[in-house]
Amino acid sequence: MGESKFGSVMVVGGGIAGIQASLDLAGLGYYVYLIEKAGSIGGAMAQLDKTFPTNDCAI
Amino acid sequence: MGNFTARVRREPRYIDLGLCTACGICANYCPVIIGDAYNENLALTKGPHRDYVQAVPASFYIDPAACLYLNHETCQICVSACQAKAINFYEQEETVDLEVGAVILAPGFGRISEEVLSTYGYGRLADVVTGMEFERLTSASGPTMGKIIRPSDGQHAHRIAFLQCIGSRDVSCGNGYCSSVCCMYAVKEAVVAKEHDPDIEISIFYMDMRTQGKEFDYARLRAKEKGVRFVRSRVAGVQENGNALEISYVNEAGKHLKESFDMVVLPEGLESPGDAQSLARAAGIDLNHYHFCSTGSFVPLQTTRPGIFVSGAFQGPKDVPESVTDASGAAALAAEALKMVRGSRVESKEYPAEIDIGQAPRIGVFVCSCGTNVGGVVDVKAVADYAASLDDVVFADMNLFSCAQNTQEAITEKISENRLNRVVVAACTPRTHEPLFQETLKNAGLNPCLFEMANIRDHCSWVHAAVPAEATEKSKDLVRMAVAKARRLEPLPEQKLPVTHKAALVIGGGMAGMTAALSIAGQGFDCFLVEESGELGGNLRHIRFMLSGEDPRKILQDTEERVRSNPHIHVYTNSSVEDVSGYVGNFVASIRTPEGHENLEHGVIVVATGGKPYEPKQYLYGKSTQVVTQGELEERLSDSDEAKRINNVVMIQCVGSRGQDLPYCSKICCGQAVKNALKILELNPSANITVLYRDMRTYGFMEDYYQLAREKGVIFVHFDKESPPEVTEKGGRIQVEFVDKILDERVILEPDLLAISVGIVPSRVEALSKILKIPLTGDGFFLEAHPKLRPVEFTVDGVYLCGLAHGPKPISESIVQATAAAGKACIPLAKGYVTVDPIVSSIDPDSCIGCGICESLCPYAAIKMIKVGKKKKAETISASCKGCGICAAHCPTLAIYMGGFTNEQILSQIRAFGEEL
Repeated sequence: MGESKFGSVMVVGGGIAGIQASLDLAGLGYYVYLIEKAGSIGGAMAQLDKTFPTNDCAI
Repeated sequence: MGNFTARVRREPRYIDLGLCTACGICANYCPVIIGDAYNENLALTKGPHRDYVQAVPASFYIDPAACLYLNHETCQICVSACQAKAINFYEQEETVDLEVGAVILAPGFGRISEEVLSTYGYGRLADVVTGMEFERLTSASGPTMGKIIRPSDGQHAHRIAFLQCIGSRDVSCGNGYCSSVCCMYAVKEAVVAKEHDPDIEISIFYMDMRTQGKEFDYARLRAKEKGVRFVRSRVAGVQENGNALEISYVNEAGKHLKESFDMVVLPEGLESPGDAQSLARAAGIDLNHYHFCSTGSFVPLQTTRPGIFVSGAFQGPKDVPESVTDASGAAALAAEALKMVRGSRVESKEYPAEIDIGQAPRIGVFVCSCGTNVGGVVDVKAVADYAASLDDVVFADMNLFSCAQNTQEAITEKISENRLNRVVVAACTPRTHEPLFQETLKNAGLNPCLFEMANIRDHCSWVHAAVPAEATEKSKDLVRMAVAKARRLEPLPEQKLPVTHKAALVIGGGMAGMTAALSIAGQGFDCFLVEESGELGGNLRHIRFMLSGEDPRKILQDTEERVRSNPHIHVYTNSSVEDVSGYVGNFVASIRTPEGHENLEHGVIVVATGGKPYEPKQYLYGKSTQVVTQGELEERLSDSDEAKRINNVVMIQCVGSRGQDLPYCSKICCGQAVKNALKILELNPSANITVLYRDMRTYGFMEDYYQLAREKGVIFVHFDKESPPEVTEKGGRIQVEFVDKILDERVILEPDLLAISVGIVPSRVEALSKILKIPLTGDGFFLEAHPKLRPVEFTVDGVYLCGLAHGPKPISESIVQATAAAGKACIPLAKGYVTVDPIVSSIDPDSCIGCGICESLCPYAAIKMIKVGKKKKAETISASCKGCGICAAHCPTLAIYMGGFTNEQILSQIRAFGEEL
C-alpha cells in the first residue's frame, strides 16, 4: 500500500501557517516543498509591528 | 490520496540566491525608485530589493516591472555594481512538477478592496489610512520610524478614530461574516499609539467588541484603563472639515452625532485570497459562499478533496495563534495519510568526524567587510592585522563577504590548513549568522561550540558610522574579547537522547482527547487514553444539534467507536493520573484504575482535561422552573413536541462570564444562544425571542446565523455590565426587567422561559498542574508555552495541550487544537530521539549543597533532586534543559555552570576588555 505514496508534502503559502506546517512536517519526517508567491516568506505577520495581546514583537 | 503531481510555476528572481550576500549595493546603484509594498507604499524602495531586513531567503530580488533592463534593455548598472556577481538576467521562468503525497493550502487572506474602503474616504482623504498602514506607521522599522504622523501634512496626529467592521459584517460589500481579528488589532494599535504618545486621544467606534479569545478581554480592559475610548456605534461616513476629518455616527440612544479627528484608521477585515478561485480549481477543492475554503465543524482542516488540507485564514478569518494551531493540525493530518512512507524522502546530512583539538589553542580570526557595510566605516585590514598580533591567534584574514558560499568553503580550507581549533568571526550579528558559521565548523570537523562571534557591524560600523577611527578601535576591543573567550572554549557534545517509549498518554477522554488519541494512533503510535469519568465524550455528550447542521450525536458515536476499536488506543475510564516521572521520551505515569494501580510508559503527554459549564446562582436559577441554562434548553429542544409549546423566551448572555465570577469571556455562549433561538423558531415560527447581550460575539462565519436570527425576528438588546437585567418572580411567574436604550425606558417581559447562557469553567487540575510542572493562568486554565507561536505546547518538553483545558472554545477549535497537539506530540515519537542543545547546565555534585533552589526555579522542569548516599544533590535533565541559565545565576555555591558560558569564559572576556591595545 505504501509503495504508491510519496513521503513528501507541498505547502502552498509561506505565511505563518505555511511556515509552521512545513516545520512540523519536516519534524515528522516528510520532505516539504514550501511554495510562496512573494520574494520572501513571512506573509502578513512579517508586516506587523506588535502582536495582540502581549505586544510582543511580531517579527 | 498519497500520490499527487503538482505543477508549480517558478518566477525568476534575477539575483542568484546562492551568490547574493544581501549587501544591498545593487539597490544603492539602481536608478529606479518604486513604492515599498512591505511598508504599504508609505515608503520607497528600489528595483532590486528584499522585502524587509530580516527577510528569508536573505537575498535580494529584482522587481521585473521596475527593471530598466528587463523592460527597455538598458542600464544593467546593478550587474557591474554587484561584487558577488549574483545578478543574472538570463534567469527564466520555470515550470516544475512535484510528486507529493499530500498538500496543505495556506495561502492566507486577501485585502478588502479600495472600493469598499473608499466609502469611508480612503483614497480621497489622505489622512484616512488602513489598519495595516497604521501598523507600519507605529513600527520602529516603518516609514516614519514609529512616529504617528498624518500623511497629508506630516504633522503629529493627536485625535485618532478607529472605525470597526470595515469590509466585515457588511452584507452590502458581500462580506456578511465577521473577520474575527480586527477588534484585537485595533485595540493593539490603539495601545501602541498611546505608548508612543500618551497624549494621543483614541476613539474606537464599534458594533460589538469581539475580544473573545484567551486573555483578550484583559487587553481590551487595559486599553480602556490607558484612556482608549470605546464608542458603540456604526459610523456612517467620513467628511473633510477644514484641516480635520469629520465622522458622523448614531449613538446607542439613536442620536445623530458628529465629531472631528486628525486621522481616521480603517482596521480592514480579512477577505478570501484574491486567487482563491483559481487555487481551488487547480487543487480541485470547493470553496464556501464567501470563497474561503469549504470545511466542516468536525473536520475543520480537511478540504473537500482527500489528501488536501487547509490551515490559516484561508479556512476562515483567524488570528496568528489559530493559524499556527491549524498548521500543526494540518501537518498531523498529512502525517496520518502518509504514515507508511514517513522518512522515505528525507536525507540526513553527514558531517566529518570531529577532530581531536589537542591542548594548545590555535585560533583563527576572520574579519568581514560585508561589502561596504562594515568596510565602509571600519578599517577591516587594521582589525585583521591587530587580530594576528594577539596571543594564540595563528591565522587572521579579512573577507569581503564571510557568509558567501565560496567564502564558507574557503574558511573550511583555512581551518584544515592551519589546524585551527577555535574560530572567531568578526562580522554581523550571531542572532542571524552564528548557525551558518557553526555549520562551517562542523563541515571542517570542528565542534560547533568552538566558535565565537564579534559583532562589529551592529556595534561598530552602524552605530559609530560618523567616527570611523573610533569604530575601528572598538572593533579591535571586541575582537580581543572574543579571542579571550575563544581561548577557553571547549567542545560541547550535541546530545541525542533516545525516545525509549514510543507511545503517548492522553489525559481526558472528551472530544479533544479522543481526537488527539485518534491522530496519534493514526500516525502509527500507541496511545493510552485516560478518562476520569465512566464514559468517553465529555461535553459533546450534551450537544444535540449544531448551528452548522451536523448531527453531533452521530459524530460522537462514530468517534467513540473508532477510539474503542483502534488497536493502538488503550482506553482507561474511571481512571486518573496519580503521578508522572521522567522526561520527554521517557515518561512513566502511575494511574489509578478500578482494578488498582498501573504504570504506563510513554514518551509524550497530551493534556485534554476539558472544562464544564459554570453553575449559576443568579437570575433565580434553581429557584424557578422557568429558568434554565442554554444547555438545558438545548436538551428540551431535542424533544420537538415540548419545543413547540415554547412561545415567549428571553435569553440572558454572559451569566458568570465577563463578570465577577468568571472574569473572562466563555466564547461559545453567543453562538449557543443563536443556535437555540433558531431552533425554537424552526419548531415554532411564531415564538417571540429576546436576547439580552453585552457584545454579540458570533465571530467568523457564525455571523451569518446571527444575521439570520435577526431576520427571523429575534430581538437583540444590549445591556451594560453596570446595569444587568433584573429577574424577579411575581405570583409564580418570572419577570425580566431591563433598559432599552433606543426607547430609553425600562421594559418588563414575562417570558415562559428564561434561558441563561452560562460560561465555561476549567476542570479541577491543580494536582495535575503540580505533577507535570505545567502552569495555570489566573483563570485556572493551562498556560501554553507561548500564546502566539507555541499555542499547544508547554514549556516542559514533551507535554502538549488542547481543548477546553486551554480555554473556552467551540468544538471545531477544540478539534483543531487536539489534532495540532497530536502532530506536535508525534514529532519526538517519529524522530525516535530528542536533540539537546549543547548549551545546557551542568552541576558539580561536590559543590552542590542540595538546597533545591535551582529545582524550584527551573521553568522547564529540567532539574531533579536525587539522593547520593545520604545527601540530596541536584541533577540536570539535559533533555529538558533550555540553557536559560536561571539555575546557574541563583546557585549559592556556584556549583552550576552553563556550557559555552562558564564563569571562566565570561570573566576572561571581561578582563580582556580592560586590557590595553
